[in-house]
Amino acid sequence: MKLFGKAGSRNLTDTAFKLTTMLGAALLLLIMAALFAELVRNSLLSIEKFGWSFIYTNVWDPVKEQFGAAASIWGTVVSTLIAMALAVPLGILIALFLVELLPERISKWVRTGVELLAAVPSIIFGMWGLFVFAPFMAETVQPFLRGVFGDSPLFSGPPIGIGMLTAGIILAFMILPFITAVVRDVFQMVPAVVKESAHGMGSTLWEVTSKVTIRYGFQGVVGAALLGLGRAIGETMAVTFVIGNSHKISASLFAPANSITATLANEFAEASEPIYLSSLIELGLVLFVLTFIIQVISQIWLKRVKKQMGVQ
Amino acid sequence: MKSIKIAIVVLMGLVFVSFGCSDRNGNSDKQKAVTINGAGATFPYPVYSQWAHEYKKITSIRLNYQSIGSGGGIMQIKAKTVDFGASDAPLKPEELSEAGLVQFPMVIGGVVPVLNLEGFEAGEIHLTAENLADIYLGKINKWNDAKMKMSNPGLNLPDKAIATVHRADGSGTTWIFTNYLYKVSDEWKSKVGFGKAISWPEANNIAGKGNEGVAAFVKKVDGSIGYVEYAYALQNKMNYVKLQNKAGVFVMPNAKSFQAAAANADWANADGYYLVLTDQPGKDSWPITGASFILMYRNQKDEVKAKEVLKLFDWCYKKGGELAKKLDYVPMPVKVVEMVEKKWSEEIKANGSPVWK
Repeated sequence: MKLFGKAGSRNLTDTAFKLTTMLGAALLLLIMAALFAELVRNSLLSIEKFGWSFIYTNVWDPVKEQFGAAASIWGTVVSTLIAMALAVPLGILIALFLVELLPERISKWVRTGVELLAAVPSIIFGMWGLFVFAPFMAETVQPFLRGVFGDSPLFSGPPIGIGMLTAGIILAFMILPFITAVVRDVFQMVPAVVKESAHGMGSTLWEVTSKVTIRYGFQGVVGAALLGLGRAIGETMAVTFVIGNSHKISASLFAPANSITATLANEFAEASEPIYLSSLIELGLVLFVLTFIIQVISQIWLKRVKKQMGVQ
Repeated sequence: MKSIKIAIVVLMGLVFVSFGCSDRNGNSDKQKAVTINGAGATFPYPVYSQWAHEYKKITSIRLNYQSIGSGGGIMQIKAKTVDFGASDAPLKPEELSEAGLVQFPMVIGGVVPVLNLEGFEAGEIHLTAENLADIYLGKINKWNDAKMKMSNPGLNLPDKAIATVHRADGSGTTWIFTNYLYKVSDEWKSKVGFGKAISWPEANNIAGKGNEGVAAFVKKVDGSIGYVEYAYALQNKMNYVKLQNKAGVFVMPNAKSFQAAAANADWANADGYYLVLTDQPGKDSWPITGASFILMYRNQKDEVKAKEVLKLFDWCYKKGGELAKKLDYVPMPVKVVEMVEKKWSEEIKANGSPVWK
């Protein structure tokens, strides 16, 4: 709030500087609003024709020009959930290890490694997923799951290596570094005094971790998970490579599926009919709204967490 | 930290300087010669870029072709940002006249069903049109189905499930392939239809991105069948089938059978060259053949440029054949080229007078 305080009374350069920064910030908001408006404008045709049924019906027939995006939305949600189910617990474990068990000297190096993983471009994950990980899934992981769970509908269908499960696992690899980094920060914010008191009471390391560190940082962990979610939900290239690109909703995690981003990446270039294009853009709009909501929730949550734990 | 900052500044400086240089070069080139801009289909991109390369050597005219997809090509030409658009699927005559465009076929390719079945050589398995449609409809799901045995007497077909592979992305290849199934199967016609992307029948659930994606899955999944551009089947040494054509003959996919399909097609009576080369008559014709099309405006604003564009295409037709063959494409038959060039002189005009004389 100081920013606006005495702008006029300071010297000219200061005012100019503040104005410039403000303009920059305003531009950001303007771009986002324009993006939203443009998405809505271009998807009007499809919104008018299909209404809400676009979201809950599952037909994707460019020939008969009938579009309902349920399969893509389903795929986005499920693959993201799989990623979260794997990456969040793993991220917490890694963060705990970094904070509680490793001496700072070594922890620094592991941390750098985690951050490097975050910098790997998604197309690399996609290609690695298709050429290295998918065969591994088909030959090792899927037969193993089939062996353990038998003929459960969750793991039915031929083990072809690509599909919902593979996409979820690849996504988990991609969001793991983000979750780990944030959770580590959260755990480091847990006041040493509190932990030391617990140790002093004779608690074991496990008791301190589960009853103090995790409980103290619970909200922060949720915030981290939401950040990861926001990223996983919009991931395109890596998912497109391994999800199988099939507009079908199947109970089996082995079955090829589709996500909003994969549908867009696959079909946008060749779509020429107005209603087809409009439906694809509406799909983009759905993703935009979904991501926006998740980002807003996670930002608010993180802010609250920081406020609560700000004093160390 | 400071040294990093300095390095970044120096790097950025270098980038700007190099941009400046290339800009200047670009400009000086433009003053010398015309640059022709085109955009569209990805399937003919390799041959178009080779043609552009050779043509520039001879004439110093530059062709800038962006392979952004047929849909994009159609949009770009309609937005008048390019001199020509390219599409793997022909536009309907009414769509052409509405936009004031003409279209003509440039190069031919074939779509080939490929399979992964151990113990069989390329062309050993015979497929009838009906069987191919039934496989993709899910009605034939074992290789040793009675119907498959009928067209393959003497072959010991295995008791193996058939897995079908199709394209995940919208593509001209899918357009040609499904157009063929649409023509040969009434059930496909009523249930599915044809297009660059379609709603695949329930039985199909493996989809690869691009020809390479389909090829990769067919190679990976035992007992699978897919469809790819001929060049991909050749380059990946894939096992393809002999397919029964309209005349009832089982033919091998190759340049000869593609060209036969193009030559036997009735181009003269096709309004606006809206002619799809699938299921063409003639005993040598490969049934899943397709042409890639060029789109241009009927009324050209810049006569000099329009003439340069047509000159380029004329060169491609007449001198580019060998180059196309080297890349496993099929050049247009002479008969068709003559028809197309006659059409140029009749229909492409600048200020009311024909550009091509």
